[in-house]
Amino acid sequence: MEVIIKQSKVNFMVWRVMPLIIFIVLVIFFVYSLKSTQETQTYILENKPLPNFKLPFLEPEKQRAQLFTPKILHGQIALLNVWASWCLSCEEEHIFLMQLAHQGVAIYGINYKDDLQSAKKWLTELGNPYKAIGWDAYGAAGIDLGVYKTPESFIIDETGKIRAHYIGPLDENAWLKLSAALNKIGLNLEKINYN
Amino acid sequence: MKKLIIISSIYLALLTTASFAKELIYSFPTIKQERQFINLIKDLRCVVCQNQSLAESNADLAKDLRAKIYELIKANNSDQEIIHFLTSRYGDFILLKPPIKAVTIILWGAPILFLLGSLLVFSFLLKKRTKRFI
Repeated sequence: MEVIIKQSKVNFMVWRVMPLIIFIVLVIFFVYSLKSTQETQTYILENKPLPNFKLPFLEPEKQRAQLFTPKILHGQIALLNVWASWCLSCEEEHIFLMQLAHQGVAIYGINYKDDLQSAKKWLTELGNPYKAIGWDAYGAAGIDLGVYKTPESFIIDETGKIRAHYIGPLDENAWLKLSAALNKIGLNLEKINYN
Repeated sequence: MKKLIIISSIYLALLTTASFAKELIYSFPTIKQERQFINLIKDLRCVVCQNQSLAESNADLAKDLRAKIYELIKANNSDQEIIHFLTSRYGDFILLKPPIKAVTIILWGAPILFLLGSLLVFSFLLKKRTKRFI
């Protein structure tokens, strides 16, 4: 008899504590999800062709072609970086891009909703890591690429397909993470155009 | 108290008309297209400001996207076509209501699960109680 009473007491306790347990589990879940969405640097692996943008060059005097189109990037693994001179974290990222360009990575730029003069000034003052830059004055190419938070970067493979979309300023750490993720799906960033 | 309610309701009514007036800068040839525009921007997220819709936001990107949607509606695109245009670029994140998919099934199923669970607990407790009285 005594055993049965004890058993029911334990049952009762469990039921009483249940809401508290559920509450704690929910709090942990919410804190975790909040933290993971607050992370400013994220990447999405993709496999889709570049949108068909046609932009004027930011520095037309340096280019042989007429327009900045996806064709320019063909035949190599390239980094397409969307930036603006008004974007503070672009400045932060710029140092790393210079380093990548120095290592021989083919970097192409899209200058997003920027003023022509200040964009050019930015490049002469800080240095130019880009092989060519398209000037997206009205953000049309930005919308086609799904850009919402400059700087954003895209890894483009030899066939002109977007393989990764990186949101936020690139740095050494992010680059390593991105390389590792792309390596798993058979795209070797080490092979990126070193010349 | 009654006075306060009347004043605040008038104030709220004024607020809503003001925000609609702002959206009507875009003029459409037909009322149907205008309705389509208003309905679409209400259900789409301003991606830079998280929990505001495209209709509410004054962010630069929201303005650009409104202009883009205006253009697409004028070119006689359907709701599905416009939503496909946006989700293929910005992902499902641009939709204020998440679509029912394998990943979101817990999200949509949770309320039903909670209801069933609580009904179960309730009926269990009810049985216990009636037993005691018998």
